[in-house]
Amino acid sequence: MAATNPDNRGLRLVVRYAVLTLIAVIFIFPLLFMGMSSLKPDQQLLSDTSSLRAFLPVGDLSLDNYREAFARAPVGLFVFNSVLVTGATVLLSLAICSLAAFSFTFLEWKGRGVILSVILATLIIPFETIAIPLLLLVSKLPWIGLDGLEWGWLNSYRVQIIPWIADGLTIFLFVQYFKDLPRELIEAARVEGASWFQIYARVVMPLSGPVLATAAILKFLVMYNQYLWPLIVVQQESYRPVMVGLQYFFQLNIAWGEVMAYLTLITVPVLAFYLVLQRAFIASIASTGVKG
Amino acid sequence: MADVRLKDVRKRYGAVEVIKGVDIEVEDGEFVVFVGPSGCGKSTLLRMIAGLEDISGGTLGIGGKVVNEMPPKERGVGMVFQTYAIFPHMTVRENMAFGLTIARAGKEEKARRVNEAARILQMEHLLDRRPSQLSGGQRQRVAIGRAIVREPSVFLFDEPLSNLDAALRMDMRMEIGKLHQQLKATMIYVTHDQVEAMTLADKIVVLRDGEVMQVGTPMELYHDPANLFVAGFLGAPSMNFLNVDVSDAGPDGATVSNPSLDPVRVAAVKQPVTTGSTATLGIRPQYLHPTAPEKGMLHGTVALTERLGAETIVDVAMKDGTKIIAALSEDRVLEPGTEIGLEFDTAQAHLFSERP
Repeated sequence: MAATNPDNRGLRLVVRYAVLTLIAVIFIFPLLFMGMSSLKPDQQLLSDTSSLRAFLPVGDLSLDNYREAFARAPVGLFVFNSVLVTGATVLLSLAICSLAAFSFTFLEWKGRGVILSVILATLIIPFETIAIPLLLLVSKLPWIGLDGLEWGWLNSYRVQIIPWIADGLTIFLFVQYFKDLPRELIEAARVEGASWFQIYARVVMPLSGPVLATAAILKFLVMYNQYLWPLIVVQQESYRPVMVGLQYFFQLNIAWGEVMAYLTLITVPVLAFYLVLQRAFIASIASTGVKG
Repeated sequence: MADVRLKDVRKRYGAVEVIKGVDIEVEDGEFVVFVGPSGCGKSTLLRMIAGLEDISGGTLGIGGKVVNEMPPKERGVGMVFQTYAIFPHMTVRENMAFGLTIARAGKEEKARRVNEAARILQMEHLLDRRPSQLSGGQRQRVAIGRAIVREPSVFLFDEPLSNLDAALRMDMRMEIGKLHQQLKATMIYVTHDQVEAMTLADKIVVLRDGEVMQVGTPMELYHDPANLFVAGFLGAPSMNFLNVDVSDAGPDGATVSNPSLDPVRVAAVKQPVTTGSTATLGIRPQYLHPTAPEKGMLHGTVALTERLGAETIVDVAMKDGTKIIAALSEDRVLEPGTEIGLEFDTAQAHLFSERP
């Protein structure tokens, strides 16, 4: 009867909250440190790191670091670039990967098992190993734009978006989710006269909220944190994303306050995106057991 | 409205044949029930008619047209699934209108037909609810409503009542029967429940291992089963089977006996038997009547009595160790161990050459 003993229950509650608080603190302190430091001049910032003052809004506070950061680098442009590239990739990825998974799960065609296995096998290949071959490839690809036919994709948004749209993990997430949808729903829709695309659009997608949220967040994080790929395919400042932009603050003498200000600024879109999808994301982890 | 004709229809998965050349004719407006134990291929057959499974051989005709290669949507069938298969993200109204929405029907027509179907199924008050707010019976009603709205020429039901509790199952069974009378549409209904088969069907198709065992009206199958399987499958409790020796087989019947059975002349010989061979005699429990031990044709001792109130089920142990069951249409106390005689009308007995 230990479970119903009120003292015991109270103690358990205390322990649970203590543990959760500790975990929350561990996760929040770096963010707090970043935010607070971005408001302090370099000298104070460095001396504060030896005490708890590092996490507190004390001393000589100002927005100077932000002003300096904007002066040193086109922060707005970098954030815009990253949000554009990330947003476009996420949307296209959800559309393309879910269509692919739909075909793998519901349509019958020769070789789909083999092809799905090959796609899943790509999960174990680290990006670094294909970065250079991919670079050679995209540097020679044709493109029809406003100026007509041109060759090579370097220095553009498309070179940051298109190679990242389809990936094994996202397809895998959708395939796993689709497999668990009741088969009869699809069959009922077929008997009712729906085409395969109508089944995808009207039955399967509306029921895929949780997996869409999971796939969107995972893709968002990958894309927003892109560093190596844009570093090698984009030389023009106008196409640079936020992570590459961080380099601007490590040239010559490092201004830590400005670094913190920059980091704070570029964290805002991530937090905003997460908060919007948080509910669906947690629901999907709880229901599918898929971890992000 | 349309008829459905299956000619030598086959289904193979690799080397395994699960439907082995089935011939069935479903007339326009008929209610046909496919019945059989699990794994007999009845659902597969239904799914082949719906177009959800390919046909490996033979021809399938609906309304005079061969539809073997036709996708489901062009066959003019409506289907009701065991698991209801209604779309959880749509309201009842949207679910029922789904087929019409896909076919781009006009708003007014959609409303008219959905309301008409809702009226028939008495569920007008549920139209704006979501499936999660409905009970099992209501969900199945929505599934039936969705099929009605499209006015298909053939309705297909795949064990539609299996997920409902016993009381609801009886109500829905009656409703489906009423629905057939109202719509006068061709309906094909798959079930493993013989009560559903007996009460709903104009015609029953008994299937086993992918083959048709017998086709006929419920009473034909009950009173005149073509083989042991059909005899044993329909009726509850199941028909008693006795191993018997044939002593005098002729064109008008055969005389049979065994250590517990006095020689009796049976006219209903289902499969030809020869004098001197062994055969199986089938008697339904309802046709056995208890009598004094020295009277009757069958002799044994009472092993167990189950009193159900209106009916009493008696297990009788025969001399040769076999057991037969008698169903008495009255409440009767029979002490275990009592010697008992059983008599029956030989016109209600069936003789088969097969052995169970």
